[in-house]
Amino acid sequence: MHNRTIAELADAMARGECSSVELTESALAAIDSASDLNAFVTVTPESALAQARAADDARRRGEAGALTGVPIAHKDIFCTAGVRTSCGSRMLDNFVPPYDAFVVEKLRRAGAVMVGKTNMDEFAMGSSNETSWYGPVRNPWSKDTVPGGSSGGSAAAVAAGLVPATTGTDTGGSIRQPAALTGISGLKPTYGRVSRYGMIAFASSLDQAGPMAATAEDLSIMLTAMAGFDRRDSTCADEPVTDYRAALGNHSLKGLRVGLPREYFNAEGMDAGVATAVQQAIEALREAGAEPREISLPNSGLAVPVYYVIAPAEASSNLSRFDGVRYGHRCAEPRDLEDLYKRSRGEGFGEEVKRRIMVGTYALSAGYYDAYYLKAQQVRRMIRDDFARAFEQVDVIAGPTAPSVAFAIGEKADDPVQMYLSDIFTIAVNLAGLPALSIPAGQSDGLPVGMQLIGNHFDEARLLGAAHGFQQLTDWHKQRPSPEA
Amino acid sequence: MEWEAVIGLELHAQLATNTKIFSGASTAYGAEANTQACAVDLGMPGVLPVLNEKAVRYAVRLGLALDAQVAGRSVFARKNYFYPDLPKGYQISQYEIPVVGPGHLDIDLDDGSRKRIGVTRAHLEEDAGKSLHDGFGTMSGIDLNRAGTPLLEIVSEPDLRSAREAVAYMKKMHSLVRYLGICDGNMQEGSFRCDANVSVRPVGQSEFGTRSELKNLNSFRFVERAINFEIERQIELIEEGGAVIQETRLFDPDRGETRSMRGKEAANDYRYFPDPDLLPLEITPALIDQVREELPELPDARRSRFVTDYGLPDYDAGVVTASREMADYFEAVVSGCGDAKLAANWVMGELAGALNRAGLDIADSPVSAETLAGLLRRISDETISGKIAKEVFEAIWAGEGDADAIIEARGLKQVTDSSAIEAMVDEVIAANPEQLEQYRAGKTKLMGFFVGQVMKASAGKANPQQVNQILKQRLDG
Repeated sequence: MHNRTIAELADAMARGECSSVELTESALAAIDSASDLNAFVTVTPESALAQARAADDARRRGEAGALTGVPIAHKDIFCTAGVRTSCGSRMLDNFVPPYDAFVVEKLRRAGAVMVGKTNMDEFAMGSSNETSWYGPVRNPWSKDTVPGGSSGGSAAAVAAGLVPATTGTDTGGSIRQPAALTGISGLKPTYGRVSRYGMIAFASSLDQAGPMAATAEDLSIMLTAMAGFDRRDSTCADEPVTDYRAALGNHSLKGLRVGLPREYFNAEGMDAGVATAVQQAIEALREAGAEPREISLPNSGLAVPVYYVIAPAEASSNLSRFDGVRYGHRCAEPRDLEDLYKRSRGEGFGEEVKRRIMVGTYALSAGYYDAYYLKAQQVRRMIRDDFARAFEQVDVIAGPTAPSVAFAIGEKADDPVQMYLSDIFTIAVNLAGLPALSIPAGQSDGLPVGMQLIGNHFDEARLLGAAHGFQQLTDWHKQRPSPEA
Repeated sequence: MEWEAVIGLELHAQLATNTKIFSGASTAYGAEANTQACAVDLGMPGVLPVLNEKAVRYAVRLGLALDAQVAGRSVFARKNYFYPDLPKGYQISQYEIPVVGPGHLDIDLDDGSRKRIGVTRAHLEEDAGKSLHDGFGTMSGIDLNRAGTPLLEIVSEPDLRSAREAVAYMKKMHSLVRYLGICDGNMQEGSFRCDANVSVRPVGQSEFGTRSELKNLNSFRFVERAINFEIERQIELIEEGGAVIQETRLFDPDRGETRSMRGKEAANDYRYFPDPDLLPLEITPALIDQVREELPELPDARRSRFVTDYGLPDYDAGVVTASREMADYFEAVVSGCGDAKLAANWVMGELAGALNRAGLDIADSPVSAETLAGLLRRISDETISGKIAKEVFEAIWAGEGDADAIIEARGLKQVTDSSAIEAMVDEVIAANPEQLEQYRAGKTKLMGFFVGQVMKASAGKANPQQVNQILKQRLDG
């Protein structure tokens, strides 16, 4: 059952070749034997098997859907009732939420079986999964390299074939960049497409939940289950949800206008191997009838600096609730209130989180607000306008997902600016609230290269259709790391 | 030197919604600690605020009543600071763009004139919880029942010039929010709170002096005392060569003084920024029209109507419309007895006095409007005199029944039978020959003596007009 897609597993269950209980047991065993990857923070065998039995019962009653009985895992940023939700932080090492995130609830109702919670950068702040309190995740393709981040555990779990699909969140590239670095498919939906309820906030105006899986088809199955209006999230869009899988065939590559931002291909610090792989992928699109053309996104270069004002500013406020008063880490024997705050937060948060809280606090401070936060919001609008103009001419925008393949663990850990540049191509998409996905598009030095496709607001169906079309032509998405990598 | 005080008030009205401003938890007062706080109120990770539409409608109501601009688009902002009873580490408020923009409220001054007080803005925000410092040893307890209760902060222009004016403004606003049904106005429970910004300047100077902000003013009396104390303190300080510093001061009602709340208050940088969890609040003209339709008659309009329709003097109309409950009560009495002036006199006189002595609100009056109207009908139809009516009122207040039952039981019905009164008059004249002689000799003011004697003989029940008339005939005849 290892390395099978959701679609394949559902078919196998439908044909009676295996049960959900068997699949779940197999997934739990695989997770156990791949513990060196450190992809999971929490494994929930008992509740998983109970859910699997319920799924098998539902199937016997003829009530099975596309996800019924399929084992999946959630990034540990999604609150799960009764299951510790750490957000990769010591701060929440003891936190057991009494409620489920919308995404968790939706996928459970769709019949998916949760086998556990995946490792991640602390509070989703990182591009390598090295900031986790639970230690780094290893990339199954090469265990000395990072899987990307912040949804590194979710990416590694799919890449290693432990589960066919996982959930992730993407604030500046946290689904797409790890998908690229581990050779899987990952979708960041339009801001507002998936409810943020129960998803621990990093930067509220940028955070978006999305699926990670081997294929675009599996992403479409997952998104159909995850998307939808939720009145508990005021920023959630009341847009109808398409059956994205059924819509895959509606979007052929023929005549697809593909924009190639010259700024993405001329970017400084881009690996030649990555550039070559993506260019070949675009050639394949052209051969299938797509119409690539150069476009310009003139403000692309401002995306990273703007992001590193807005995201930390919001984070500095979002993370204020972790104060040691009501839940989460509390220091031992506080002397007084000030001491309680300082030590609880000082001990509970890691270095990268502290760095961003400080940067964000500074950006919002009296006297600096206009120069940083307000200015960043203005530039954010310019970036959004760049995309709006581009989508007058093209249907999707293509380019590399990340400037390099997976890098060595520790390589950028002490250089935050180099680390931040890992997200140079993904960040603008969050600033503009657009949907984008990363799909495997080649290899460089034996490591996967991801191609990013960016769509217009709520145009997920077209994006998934294009990605699916590409995956009909190529087999990069079928490449798997060798077990002894 | 002659000094002038400059005062602006920030009033916090708790909106009378059933649920909190950003969650579905109940806002009922007095529940066991932390039983009315849901995950949103507790600031749990991942949960999100959802705006209570009713709170918005209530804010619009106030905006319309203050003749203010209601913003088509306003923005919720986060006010960031750490405090244990502030669960998220920030308060959701409105900063740059409030829901209610500039408006005004007219107040009556002691000299009978009116003054228009500018209202700068009113904005929606959430209340914090409460820290409890007793009963937890060296620790403090936190009660988050109040966290997330909707507040409307109403900020006045610095148009007030004395503690009396400030209290008049506060009372008027208090009355208004209760008229509008948007706040229960209960000051003991903290539903209506006041902070005052106070400064002084030499009369004639246009620049403002440095202000202090007074907190903990939870009654009208405290507002007046605190402001008066603060004005005196500032004048004394300046006259002695000192300078007022901008600071927050706490009123201590036991000592009747304000004290500096030394600390970090002034150093706080709240790092306001638009709350990314909430979309800008859009208020359509259609919604404003809808709220306008629901608007009850406002106090000033009602007052004018009482003058026009009931012929009340403006002063009386002002008194009986001071609260919605009193105005409703008054109108019920009028409709039951048909005499507005009589109703006003009784509502403002006997009833208000009795309520005051008992420390009761008119809403809790033991004498219903219907019962009072029943009593006034007996004055109008001359069953009893005004004087006897007071006795009957006391009996009604004491719970002895309605007017008719008491008049019957006590035999208080007025004597209007002329022959009976004539007999009493004759008896009184016969018993006082000396006074009769003096009267007839020109000492006519003895009339009063005779009236008194007859009324006494009738135990107060004789119709006074008839007594007068018959006495005059007999004495002069």
